[in-house]
Amino acid sequence: MLAKRIIPCLDVKDGKVVKGVQFRNHETIGDIVPLAERYAQEGADELVFYDITASSDTRVVDKSWVSRIAQVIDIPFCVAGGIKTVDQAGEILAMGADKISINSPALMDPELITKLHDTYGQQCVVVGIDSYYNKETGEYEVYQFTGDESRTLNSGRKTADWVKEVQQRGAGEIVLNCMNQDGVRQGYDLEQLKKIREVCNVPLIASGGAGEMVHFKDAYQQAGVDGALAASVFHKQIIDIQELKDYLIKEGVAIRK
Amino acid sequence: MTQTTKVVIVNTGCANIYSVQCAFERLGVEVTVSDDPAVIKAADKVLLPGVGSAFAAMDSIRQKDLVGVIQSLTQPVLGICLGMQLMANTSNEKPGSHLVASKTDLVDCLGLIPTQIERMEVGELVLPHMGWNQVTLDNPHPLFKNIEEGAHFYFVHSFCAPLSEYTLAKCEYGMGFSAAIYHNNFYGVQFHPERSGKAGAQLLKNFVEL
Repeated sequence: MLAKRIIPCLDVKDGKVVKGVQFRNHETIGDIVPLAERYAQEGADELVFYDITASSDTRVVDKSWVSRIAQVIDIPFCVAGGIKTVDQAGEILAMGADKISINSPALMDPELITKLHDTYGQQCVVVGIDSYYNKETGEYEVYQFTGDESRTLNSGRKTADWVKEVQQRGAGEIVLNCMNQDGVRQGYDLEQLKKIREVCNVPLIASGGAGEMVHFKDAYQQAGVDGALAASVFHKQIIDIQELKDYLIKEGVAIRK
Repeated sequence: MTQTTKVVIVNTGCANIYSVQCAFERLGVEVTVSDDPAVIKAADKVLLPGVGSAFAAMDSIRQKDLVGVIQSLTQPVLGICLGMQLMANTSNEKPGSHLVASKTDLVDCLGLIPTQIERMEVGELVLPHMGWNQVTLDNPHPLFKNIEEGAHFYFVHSFCAPLSEYTLAKCEYGMGFSAAIYHNNFYGVQFHPERSGKAGAQLLKNFVEL
């Protein structure tokens, strides 16, 4: 049976792993390679590396660490951050990344999704979506440039519409980051994930809000997501990956031992 | 592992070559990446990696004039993921095939294992089939030596080799399909052993020792 995935996310800034709360106030957590290695050994099913500054300050992701990660870990990993062209994506894949994730550049040039699909295949094209619940309109809206608070802006797109469009253009996986929940450890936004699950026919990864083990169980069992991404609970060792896996297996979730 | 075996990765021009290379290096096995026919032919073991689309990959192999070279190999050859699919007679993956799945629109592949690659039909389940899934064997095989029955391997694909007489190992995702196929000296695995933790490392070690 296909296992649900547990995915530690490492936000990278200037070559270090950092963690912010609701995208602000980044504190340094540690070096990239030893952390990646530790998570792989502890049983993480996949890793995501986000260069959180790359899109907002127009740099491409600093790539030297990608090949160092490929050398040491034996689980899949995805690299995100400032990938704007087919060639840039190709370089990162050639350095050993299994997937690349695009977010703001896809909003600016949706055709990029199709080009990446046609060149490297659907399986390595991940689209990250930063979605914010607007209490005034009652709508989920897509934001861009979320790595830099001063440049963060509403893209003018509704989340469900964008989810449908990126699939049509060839996305192989969607990471839905529910911004209202990010970094506050109150649980994934199950209501939103359920709504998006209904219109998402590719793997859907929940992001934002994990604080306790039960949050993972709820995301898998109630919202039907394929994977759940989390950062601070792993970085701060609030949740141990092996304990989380034992707990989820006991709760009847299909998990890789 | 003591190194007496010459392992060569065919430089198909596809991505994931580096991660396959790293996986062997973690086992202490030196590998050469090459598109030189003489180097490929002189290898004891040959790897055919691949990610991306069958159409683009076959195009790249043709441009490098490697079709005949690969077809002439008599030593053990292991195709990984798309590399496995390229070993089949045909594939129906073409650009835009996520939009229109046409059964008749075929890409000619290497014809090393007499099977056809088809888009998966998984009902309500999502595609690609992405993540860790369990692999089972009907009969033991040296390629899966010291690997637990039902071990998880990492899969990422939307196309597959159907179950057939060439199936070596099986997987289940909305349908049964081949996790591994073989014919003569040609072996192919749909999953990514280079990204499948300990089980994947064991499989690569087994391949070197075949």
